[in-house]
Amino acid sequence: MDNLNLSVNIGKLKLKNPVMTASGTFGYAREYSEFIDLNRLGAIVVKGISLKPMEGNPPPRICETPCGMLNAIGLQNVGLKNFLKEKLPFLKTLNTKFIVNILGNSISDYVKLSKSLEDSGIEAIELNVSCPNVKKGGISFGTNDKMLAKLISKVRQSAQRITLITKLSPNVSNIPLFAKIAEDSGSDAISLINTIPALAVDIETWKPRLANITGGLSGPAIKPIALRMVWEAAKTVKIPVIGIGGIMNANDAIEFLLAGATAIQVGTGNFVNPCATIDIIDGIESYLKRKSIDDIKNIIGGINGNCTGDNSDN
Amino acid sequence: MSKNFQARVITNSALNSKIYLLEIAPLEETTVPSPGQFYMIQPDSSFDPLLKRPFSYLRKKANRIQFLYAIRGKGTGLMKNFPQGKIINMTGPFGNGYPVHNDNRIPLLIAGGTGIASILSLYCELNKKYLIYGAKTRDELVLIDEIEKSGGEFFICTNDCSYGKKGMVDELLRDFISSHQDIISSVVIYACGPKPMLKSISKIASENNIKGFASLEENMACGFGACLGCAVKTKKGYQRVCKEGTVFPFAEIVW
Ligand SMILES: Cc1cc2nc3c(=O)[nH]c(=O)nc-3n(C[C@H](O)[C@H](O)[C@H](O)COP(=O)(O)OP(=O)(O)OC[C@H]3O[C@@H](n4cnc5c(N)ncnc54)[C@H](O)[C@@H]3O)c2cc1C
Ligand SMILES: Cc1cc2nc3c(=O)[nH]c(=O)nc-3n(C[C@H](O)[C@H](O)[C@H](O)COP(=O)(O)O)c2cc1C
Ligand code: FES
Repeated sequence: MDNLNLSVNIGKLKLKNPVMTASGTFGYAREYSEFIDLNRLGAIVVKGISLKPMEGNPPPRICETPCGMLNAIGLQNVGLKNFLKEKLPFLKTLNTKFIVNILGNSISDYVKLSKSLEDSGIEAIELNVSCPNVKKGGISFGTNDKMLAKLISKVRQSAQRITLITKLSPNVSNIPLFAKIAEDSGSDAISLINTIPALAVDIETWKPRLANITGGLSGPAIKPIALRMVWEAAKTVKIPVIGIGGIMNANDAIEFLLAGATAIQVGTGNFVNPCATIDIIDGIESYLKRKSIDDIKNIIGGINGNCTGDNSDN
Repeated sequence: MSKNFQARVITNSALNSKIYLLEIAPLEETTVPSPGQFYMIQPDSSFDPLLKRPFSYLRKKANRIQFLYAIRGKGTGLMKNFPQGKIINMTGPFGNGYPVHNDNRIPLLIAGGTGIASILSLYCELNKKYLIYGAKTRDELVLIDEIEKSGGEFFICTNDCSYGKKGMVDELLRDFISSHQDIISSVVIYACGPKPMLKSISKIASENNIKGFASLEENMACGFGACLGCAVKTKKGYQRVCKEGTVFPFAEIVW
């Protein structure tokens, strides 16, 4: 079986495989160039960009919790102008797709960002409407149905060619509702989940372990929750769903694909093993070979009975 | 160039009840580290603990790297059980390392606690040099023989007076300044240890117009600049301890 087809489509983007990197865990890609061949990735999602540079939160910004970590980076980033000048040229040299994650404090911020990025020839953006860290930031968009609908529609109107991915917040009680809103308002795809707001306390000092008090939980600890949400979303919408949350290896990635994700993003897993994405691509390939499945599309949504491949254990 | 690699545990032995010496041999060719650089070591391949832990290298020998680590929590608690021959996952070397000046400045190295690992990586490579080293108790002082052998002039203190002078390294620094007035204008300090110690040393240095550098620690997730988790406040804004650091000029750090 040399003719394995791993390619998937996310809106107008054609990815050579479904393995992407999660925003905020992969810098602007150069950080990983010593460890892996970036050209093998399905797509790279860069650190969230705002209109103006953001300084981020005071330390400590991260701490470890069982099977996971909390972060309150505070969306530190170089801002749109510096991104275009200093980071984009390197990304353009790569033979892989990249997606610019964006964040703002108002609809007009998101609109300006998407328009400038489209004008600069960027093919795809991911709207971070769910970051739990910044008090005035995305949280209100991602958890309020009317505001989310308005935000996505406005971005869609102002940037019509770009592939628009909406990254959903897990901080809602009804994921299918928000997935549907994202689809109906013009998103080409949805990605989920962002981190889950959480807290860790130092019992010796009686202080929170992060200076920001709360932070976003990521890593293997959130995987079962993410998987359930991806499954719910994938049953609800027709646009592609990108699964994120605690993916450490190929088995985790395959679980998400079987639950209905068309592609997956690796976040915290990159910190533990900077070669995780490549190991996952290789692992998916050998899984497909072992199962005698020649097209990755044949496992997507497999748990819903859509699987056309041979799934007996041979 | 930094790498993600596997290594074999050659020895892992207790120097005292809290501090261990780990020697590993990378299974592939890796970059030779420079003094002050560190590696990330994975304590366990289950997901708990999840992240690799940062450790300064102590010594490098032909295809061998040594570390000195104190037992603190879950990760180091597992590391102390690394059996000989175990294959472990590592990344590195990372960090900017100590800036070594090829002028006639005289290096004064200051270590507190396990900061001695990072400081010794530099100490052993210098010719004319001074060292101030402090720990809580005699039991926590390590590698004294090594320090004696490597030829510089050194001053040791313990908080409880169980070895050397009683007190803290900042008191020894004040003593050093008053007893070495003839050379003090040429001295440059390199320091590694607990944050309060570094803060105090940097204050004394600035009062006496002595230049210096501190190697900082912060919680780390990646070690190579991607997570932005290790940021510290500096006069140039937040900088990453793992990338722009770990070594910063005293004058740049906002304590
Ligand atoms: C650049 C650098 C070099 C270091 N070099 C040495 C060394 O040579 N010898 C030595 O004994 N120790 C060194 N440390 C400290 C060492 O990394 C911590 O003691 C160790 O991570 C504790 O892990 P644990 O699981 O036992 O503790 P836990 O408290 O269970 O750790 C929980 C989490 O906090 C992080 N953490 C806890 N304390 C520290 C700390 N002081 N610095 C950074 N992260 C921390 C851990 O990495 C882990 O993610 C260094 C730290 C840094 C940043
Ligand atoms: C240190 C860190 C920084 C992050 N920064 C961003 C960000 O800027 N924008 C964003 O949309 N998500 C951000 N995320 C969320 C991740 O992209 C991802 O959704 C989340 O971590 C869950 O995946 P994981 O368990 O694989 O890490 C960040 C996560 C971490 C751990
Ligand atoms: S530890 Fe991740 S950026 Fe420094």
